This record gives sequence, C-alpha cells and structure tokens, in this order.
Amino acid sequence: MLTALLLIWPVAAALLLHFVRGSAARALAFGASLVELVLAIYAAFQFQTDYSLPHFELDYAWLASAGIHFHIGMDGLSLLLVLLTAFLVPLILLASFRHEYENPSVFYALVLFMQSGLIGVFVALDAFVFYFFWEVALIPIYFLAGVWGGERRVQVTLKFFIYTVVGSLLMLAGFVYLYYMTGATGAARSSDLSAFYNLNLSTEEQSWVFLLIFAAFAIKMPLFPLHSWQPDTYAEAPAPATMLLSGIMLKMGIYGTLRWLMPVVPLGVSRWVGLIMVLAVIGVIYGALIAIRQRDMKRLIAFSSLSHVGLMIAGMFSLTAVGLQGTVIQMLAHGVNVVGMFFIADIIERRTGTRQIPELGGLTRATPLLSVTFLVILLGTVALPLTNGFVGEFLLLMGVYQFNPWLGAVAGLTIVFGAVYLLRMFQRVMLGPDSSFSAVIRDLTGAELAVLVPLVVMVFWIGLFPGTFMHISEPAVNKLLVLINR
Amino acid sequence: MLSIILLSVSGLANLFLGFLRSNRAILPAVMLVLAAVLAINIFDVDNSSAAIAEWARVDYLRSMLQFDQYARVFTGVIVLTALLLLPFSQKFVQDDNPNLAEFYSIILFSLVGAIMMVSYTNILILFLGIETLSIAMYVLAGSDKSNLRSNEAALKYFLMGSFATGILLFGVALLYGATGTFDLTQMGTAIRALPAADATLTPMMYIGILLMLIGIGFKISAAPFHFWTPDVYEGAPTVFTGFMSTVVKTAGVAGFFKLLVVAFGGDTIPFWLPTLTTMLVLTLLIGNVGAVAQKSAKRMLAYSSISHAGYLLLALVALRTGALSASAIFFYSLAYSLATVAAFGVLQLVYNQRQREDYDGLNGLARTNPLLALAMTISMLSLAGIPLTAGFFGKFQLFNAAAQEHYIGLIVFAVVMSAIGIYYYLRPIIAMYMKPAEEGAEAPVPVTLLQSAVLVVLMGLTVLLGVLPGLLDGVLNAQQ
Repeated sequence: MLTALLLIWPVAAALLLHFVRGSAARALAFGASLVELVLAIYAAFQFQTDYSLPHFELDYAWLASAGIHFHIGMDGLSLLLVLLTAFLVPLILLASFRHEYENPSVFYALVLFMQSGLIGVFVALDAFVFYFFWEVALIPIYFLAGVWGGERRVQVTLKFFIYTVVGSLLMLAGFVYLYYMTGATGAARSSDLSAFYNLNLSTEEQSWVFLLIFAAFAIKMPLFPLHSWQPDTYAEAPAPATMLLSGIMLKMGIYGTLRWLMPVVPLGVSRWVGLIMVLAVIGVIYGALIAIRQRDMKRLIAFSSLSHVGLMIAGMFSLTAVGLQGTVIQMLAHGVNVVGMFFIADIIERRTGTRQIPELGGLTRATPLLSVTFLVILLGTVALPLTNGFVGEFLLLMGVYQFNPWLGAVAGLTIVFGAVYLLRMFQRVMLGPDSSFSAVIRDLTGAELAVLVPLVVMVFWIGLFPGTFMHISEPAVNKLLVLINR
Repeated sequence: MLSIILLSVSGLANLFLGFLRSNRAILPAVMLVLAAVLAINIFDVDNSSAAIAEWARVDYLRSMLQFDQYARVFTGVIVLTALLLLPFSQKFVQDDNPNLAEFYSIILFSLVGAIMMVSYTNILILFLGIETLSIAMYVLAGSDKSNLRSNEAALKYFLMGSFATGILLFGVALLYGATGTFDLTQMGTAIRALPAADATLTPMMYIGILLMLIGIGFKISAAPFHFWTPDVYEGAPTVFTGFMSTVVKTAGVAGFFKLLVVAFGGDTIPFWLPTLTTMLVLTLLIGNVGAVAQKSAKRMLAYSSISHAGYLLLALVALRTGALSASAIFFYSLAYSLATVAAFGVLQLVYNQRQREDYDGLNGLARTNPLLALAMTISMLSLAGIPLTAGFFGKFQLFNAAAQEHYIGLIVFAVVMSAIGIYYYLRPIIAMYMKPAEEGAEAPVPVTLLQSAVLVVLMGLTVLLGVLPGLLDGVLNAQQ
C-alpha cells in the first residue's frame, strides 16, 4: 500500500495545484514533494531485512480477462531509485524558484506528475504496468520541454518524442511476445515479472526479444549511436526539465535493463554483449572528445553525461557483481552530480546572461560559496577519491576490466578525459582573467544553498560511506545476477 | 427492439417540433431521447457469464433482428457517441435554421439504421440498415447548403455510396442465389456445405462474398475503397464528419464482424482472409502515410479515421478468437469514438469562431481556451495510443486478439504505423501549446456550458478507461 501511496500522492498534489495561482503553486508543489520524500524515507525504515524481496506489494486485477495485474512493489534496488527520485525532485523544484514560469500551477503540476510516472517505472512488477508508467513519464517532460523550452524547442522536442516513442513501441512488441510465451505451455498468460523470469526461450528468440526491448532502454540512456536527441533536448529544455531528464529519467533505461532485460533474456544478453560493450566504450570516448570541444556549458555537461553513462552501460554489461553494484551506486552518484552541474550552469547563466565558456572567467573572487560547491560537485563528477563518483566508477571499471582488460583500459580514459574537460571548464569559468562579470556577480542565495548543500552532502556521503546504499542494493543485485547466470 | 421503436417514433414526433416558434427545445428533446435509449441499453447489459455465452438471444421480426448482448453493447456505443456529439451542432440553433427539426430527425433515423446494422440476423436487414444510415448521411454531408464544398461532398458521397450499395446488393443477390436464404445462420451453414455439395454454384458464392467485402469496405472507408473519404470528410460540416467517422464506422465494423463470424466463418475463412489482410495492410499504410502529408487538421483526421478502420480490421482478421475479437472491437470503437467526438467537437467550435480548419487555425488555443486545448490533447494522445488514455488499451486489445492468432508480422506492421501516427497527432498539440495565436484570433472561442460539460465527460471517460480498463472487462468476454 505504501508503494501505491508513493505513486498517488504526487498526482493528487498535481491535481490540487490546479486550484492555486502564482507563487502559492510552487510552495505547494515543493511541500508536496517534501511529503513524498518523507514517505520514501519512512518506506526505507519500514523495510524488513531481506532487501531482495519486493516489499509493500499491491496486486490488483487490472485487465482480468487478459491476465494483466496492476502489480507493484519495491525491493532494495527499486527502493534506492525511489529514494533518489524523492530526494532530487524537491531540490529540482527549489532550484526553479528563481525562474518566473508562465502558468506556474501547470508547470509544477507536470513536474509532480512526472515524479509519479518515474516512481511507477521503478516499482512496477508487471510488464504492462512498467510500459504504462514508462510512457506516462514521457508526456509531462514533453510538455515541460516543448512549452517552456528555448527557441528551437518545437523541432527538438518532436525529435525527442518520436525517438523515445518508437523505442517504447518496439519494447511493447517485445513484451507482448514474452507475454504470449508465458502461455505457451498451456498455463494462463501473464505479464508478471516472475512469469517472465520463468520463461525458457531459445537463444534465437531471446536475441530478437533482447533487441526489441533494449531499443527503448538504449534510446533513453542513451547508448551511442542513439544519442542524437540528447544534447539538443538538454540544451533547449528549461533547467528543471533538463535536471529531471538527466538526473532521473535516464536511470529508467539502466534500471529497465537490470530488471526487465538481463534476467529475462540472459541468452540474448550474452549474444549481443560484445557489440554493446564496444558501443558503450565508443560512447565513453566519443562523449568525452565532443565535450572537450564544447563552448556551451549546458552542452558540455550533456556530453559529459553521455560519456559517464557509456561507462555505466559497459560496467553493467560486464555482468559481474562489481559491475552491477557499480552501476547501482553510479546511478545515484550521477543523479546527484548531474543535477548539481546543471543547476550551477543555470545559476551562472541567470547571473551573467550567457553560458558560453569563453565569455566567462574570474568569477571566483566574488563568489566563494559558488566556487566551493561547484568544485565539490565537479570533483565528484571527475571521480576523485572520497567523492561519490569514485566509488561508482572504480567498481564499474573493475567490472569492465574483468570482462576484458583492453576494454577496461580504454574505458578508463573516461576519468582522464573527464578531468581534462571538466577542470578546464572550471578553470575558464571560475578562475582565469577577469571578465566583465567578475565584479558584479552575486554569490549564492539562501534558496540556492538549500539546493546545493544537500547535494554536496550526498557527494561526500556516497563517497565516504557507500556501504549505506550498497547494503540496500546488494541482495537485490545478487538475486538478479543469479537469474542472469542461470 | 425498444431502442429502434423509440428512436423511430421520436424521429417522427421531432418533425412536428419544427412547427414551434422557437427551435430551442429541439436539441434538449433529442438529447433526452438518446439518453433514454442509452439507459435502456445499459440496464439491459447482462454481465452474467450465461448471458454472455448465449449472447442472450431475444428475437424480433421473425428472427430478422436479434437483441443480444452484442447488439446492446454496440447500440450503447453508437447512441452514446451521438449523444455526446450533438451539443456541438448548436451553431445551427444560433443560425436560426428553419430546417433544424429535420436535421435532428435525420440523425435519429440514421441511428435506427446503425442499430439495425449491429442487431441483424438477416442479410436484408443489414442492407436496409446500411441504406437507412447512408441516405441520412448523404443529406447531412450536404446540410451546409450555402457552402460549395459541402455540396460537393454530398454529391461525391452519394455517387460513390450508391455505387458501393449496388455492389453490395449484387453480392447479396449472388449469395441468395447460391444458398437460397437470407437468414445469417442458415446462410452460414449453406455456405460451408456448398463447396462439397455443388461445384457449379460455388463460384457464384465466392463472387458474392467478395462483392460483399468490397461493399462494406466502401462503407467503413477501408483501402483501396477509401478515395471518397478525405474529400467528403473535409467538405461536410465538421459535426457531421464526426458523426460519419464514429457512428458509421462503429456500426459498419460491428455489422461486418457479425457477418464474417456467422455467415462466412469456419471453412470459408481461408478464402477471404488474404483479401481482408491486403485491405488491412493497405488501409493502415494509406491512412497513416496520407495523414502525415496533410496541412488541414480536419483532413488529417479524415486520413486518421481511415487508419483506424485498418486497426479495427485487425480484430476482423483475428475473428477466430471470437469473444476476444468482439470485445476488442467494442473497447476500441468506444475509445476511438470518444476521442474522435472530442477532436471534431473542438474543431467545429474553433471553426465557428475562426473559420479555419488547418493546423495554424489551432495556434495559441491553449492560451485562449485551455479546456478546448486539453480536450484536443487528450483526444490526440488517445488516438495515438499513448498510455493513460483509452486508446492505448484499445490498441492493446486489438493486438492481443491478433497475437492470439499468431499474426506477428501484421502486429509489427501496425506498431510501425502507430509510430508514424505519433508524428501527425502531435501537430495539433504543437500548434495549440507551442505557437502563439495568429493576429486577429486572440479572442477566446465561445463555448457553452453544455459543450464544456460534454468535453469534460469525454476527457473523463477517455482517461478513466485508460487507467481502469477492467471496468469494461467481461461485458463481451468471460473473465479469466
């Protein structure tokens, strides 16, 4: 029931927002998202010890004649992602307070609606429920980016929408096939996750189904060369939408692969794993090389995210315990870091009116607080030891190395390249010769600190005590690993 | 049967309302009648498994009409659609049209035809139903007498329609010649026995079946018999276009399904299945690709209605699944009708004010009329089959029925076509939300309270069925 409450509460709050106007809307939205965070933390404390089993399940006959159930619940892995979502959404809302959006009640209602869709994806235990929320999460982000976005928003969001919907339709086709195969032995058809786990398909079937379903996940992550929607969308979308997309939504693809793909069609995975590893590592290098060339801060962060996600994909497909654990930790770390990076880029753009790196410089003297928080989050992204990025990337690289030492060595370049383009950005924006903005720029305000301090705390918490989170996800990940290697 | 009697009598009575000085009473009176008919049908729906299995046989007119669960359910869809569409015809009230009573009477009579098409057990009744509906439609298509395009639409529809009727009737005659009966069940038995019994009559029967497929294909605008659709839909007054693409299509597909299952079922299926499959592929292809190229929202909806005929044909191709197909057609036609009524209703209201039907005519509607824009958005998402709307579960059930019969190739094709659909269904949304209103069109479109209420009902039902599809589960099929 708690899971259902986590799903329904943001929607209810979004509907309530319809009745308030102006700045009351964002206060209400922020309050609602804090309640959601409290609920999620309460759920974490209510967890019984075995994190590998789904808790707080709800099973309701949705379309009884077809054997489809509205089945939701959380195990350790789901819980971590629900916590991440519930943690980031209030910060994203708070980060948007400085902006005056037209129709604020609709804007914030869409953000909350999106939160519900995202949580739905992470707690679904039935394939059609998963697909349902997968698409439900897309609609609000489309409107957020398309209505409140930058100048080229119409073409960019149309491309994004069509890209993702084509992917999800292919995924649906894959799910429908699996759903049919559950009835192949004469049993009643079911789209439940456990029924999918019990399927025994031939290698040939599995490799086709793998491609169909992975198409949706690969577009969402995105995996090179399916990334072409990403930099444009990140750059054109309003800051909160970019943070939602990069901080949480791309985790839908990785989570989906972990939960709905690898354990369901393990033979399909081993059939394609070589190709995907190579593509992922190409993505690592490609994203990093393009990021070095970027002059626009937002686009630089977008390509750096592409590079880091490439490493997550590679670590995940190494199919080793360390690789999967690294993926989970890195999902949290990347969510925290990328939201922080986009927020700082947004702060600088709002103060100076530009996000072109060459036009900036020497901001640090007037803004000590901004510089420190920027540096911490940046070092987290670079994966310096003691920060959150280090734990995840170290485990991921170990996983890739176990899979293939050469690939591991190439993927390791991500840290080197990351240091190059990120530190160079910091140097050019914050240090260096004074620009026209250096004297006039204001330091962080209270609300901005309220966003950045929790993020900085998380950078260190995950970096110093990763065990807090790893012991939640470990049993669930090990269970998945058993299914993958069956 | 009560539905048909009530609608016919009130249609006649309605003609006399034209003598009243004020036209204002007519629309409420007609809506009241429709609500009553709807209530009758809903109360008659019997969810017990026995009733579903037997299809609760109640015969009328010496077994020429049969009001079973199937007929009641589809009558419900048809009458509900008409009821929700009528409020958008209010423009004619404001125009003080002297023929107002006649319009509504024609609509009531056309519904009688539609109900006959879903409750027949005799091919003559099917033919009568199709004709009653079609003739009413010819008149309604041309009801905007001062508009040249409306006249063109009516003439085109009439010429093409009569041609199709001729082909259909030819088919009926040949089948009668081959089997010696008009009764659906007896004809089915005779057709299945014929190839073994009498080789000389068999070709006549096969030609009869093909001609009937063509005739009905015309009526539901399936390719390659769709050429009249875009022009007629574009020329006819928008409300009646909505009527044509919902009521006519629902009745046509439901009647077609019954014909195929009862009369052309069993061993006859392999004969016509390739024809129908070809029609399906062509219909989906032409409907979706044609819609992409359109500049007018109304014309896009015309092509989209062709493509939805294609999706519905999936259930006909998978008719061996019986109740599963029937229930898929029911859910899909309801979802499609709700969405289409909202789309055409909004288009009609916008047209009343701005005199435009192209995409740019919708620009900035989100700012001037948030309710209309939201209704249009939900309707487009439902037509595109995005979750959270009824359209998703409608498509899912159709694909489900087809998958049961292992038409994996057809499903993949239909999925690809739905992906194309996303592109053109987003265009009205982009125009409404992401473009500013054109100069001179910044004023809100006037909407009456009744129209707003109906739009809210349409949105509510679409989302409700999209979230809780189980509500209609078990109406035409047994629970698992």
